[in-house]
Amino acid sequence: MNWQIAKVVEVVPETARVHSLVLDCPTWSGHLAGQHVDVRLTAPDGYQAQRSYSIASAPEDPKLMLTVERLDDGEVSPYLFDVLAVGDELELRGPIGGYFVWTPAHGGPLLLIAGGSGVVPFRAIVRHRAAAGNNTPTRLLYSARSIADVIYRDELSQLATTGLDVRLTLTRAWPDEWTGFRRRIDMEILRAVAWSPTERPLVFVCGPSGFVEAAANALVELGHDAARIRTERFGPTGS
Amino acid sequence: MSPISRGFVGRRQNTDASRLPPGQYVTTDFPVLSAGPTPHTALDAWTFTIRGAVEQTKSWSWSELTSLAAENIKTDIHCVTKWSKFDTQWSGVSLDVLLAEARVDPQAKFLTAWSDGGYTTNLPLEAVTGGKAWIAFSFDGKPLHPEHGGPARLLVPRLYFWKSAKWVRGIELLQHDEPGFWEVNGYHNYGDPWKEQRYQGD
Repeated sequence: MNWQIAKVVEVVPETARVHSLVLDCPTWSGHLAGQHVDVRLTAPDGYQAQRSYSIASAPEDPKLMLTVERLDDGEVSPYLFDVLAVGDELELRGPIGGYFVWTPAHGGPLLLIAGGSGVVPFRAIVRHRAAAGNNTPTRLLYSARSIADVIYRDELSQLATTGLDVRLTLTRAWPDEWTGFRRRIDMEILRAVAWSPTERPLVFVCGPSGFVEAAANALVELGHDAARIRTERFGPTGS
Repeated sequence: MSPISRGFVGRRQNTDASRLPPGQYVTTDFPVLSAGPTPHTALDAWTFTIRGAVEQTKSWSWSELTSLAAENIKTDIHCVTKWSKFDTQWSGVSLDVLLAEARVDPQAKFLTAWSDGGYTTNLPLEAVTGGKAWIAFSFDGKPLHPEHGGPARLLVPRLYFWKSAKWVRGIELLQHDEPGFWEVNGYHNYGDPWKEQRYQGD
């Protein structure tokens, strides 16, 4: 798979630690919602570092977009967050991954469960669903630390008008008037949001490893078919 | 020729570069990657089976497998998601021992490993014979944790780690190559980290 050169045309702030890079990549061949790219950085002496990032844009969007969370102890994300600016070039290749993807043909009901920046591939999926005029019943259950940490907050409200059902849970802090969930995703939240196992929802779970393990285990325990649950994990194990 | 990334210095690791395949970085953590939920099969229901192009299908129960002569393996491992981990310590039974008991048909040139949860991966037979592969059931002196593939996983450290199928339950010997789960989802059919064979076409 060939490396390609993209140019940063816009940097969109999302939260204090997250921003999106809108890229112009003339050689891009298109992608499916849910896929990712590899990004490669090169230092003047030839030293290189590669990492994977989920694609945030839908296949229909005119520009490729990545959303990057700054990890303080990271090697690549601090560069992408602190240094990379409009006009810079970025080397990437993709699209990568053929399993954690959704197209209208996959059907539903569609349940997307995100922890933190695990929401990124789901932006591609819900935008793809909207762009295709598809009406698959779709719920996004999104766990964030606080309202200020919710990525794509305004856009998700907008997408609610396309029939996307967004349920937020805030795990560390919430406004006084908050009526949503106020804890980490657990069996009770999943029982309330995940449809019943007899409706056989197609479930995608994306987030930090411990988050994905807990959510996927709880779904199986509730009786959901493990073969209908697709997972994508990032970060350390924490164990 | 890659363009220089303006302002990128990188965080050079104080590691033995000769042990690190291209595009990888060293981690001391042990990240988890999986396509679906972690299976939890009870040990009394667990078996390991060798079938297909063999003289006789052969199955081992958990107690039978773990009472075979185990080897301790100290090895570097390399994940296609870019992390490498040095000097990991495993114990398990060499696939040479198990294949000898099943008596492989000389026509067999490939195998597919299959796992609880439906995962599969394909390998040429020569990639797993001659002290290159194990059914591993212990990591760092402790039973292999379910998130890392326990109770037992295939261990083929010379290839990217998706070939080391977690939750392995058996292998099927074949005369032809049959691409597995990731191999039909865009990843390389062989997966040699030293040739950076990550994706189809690499």
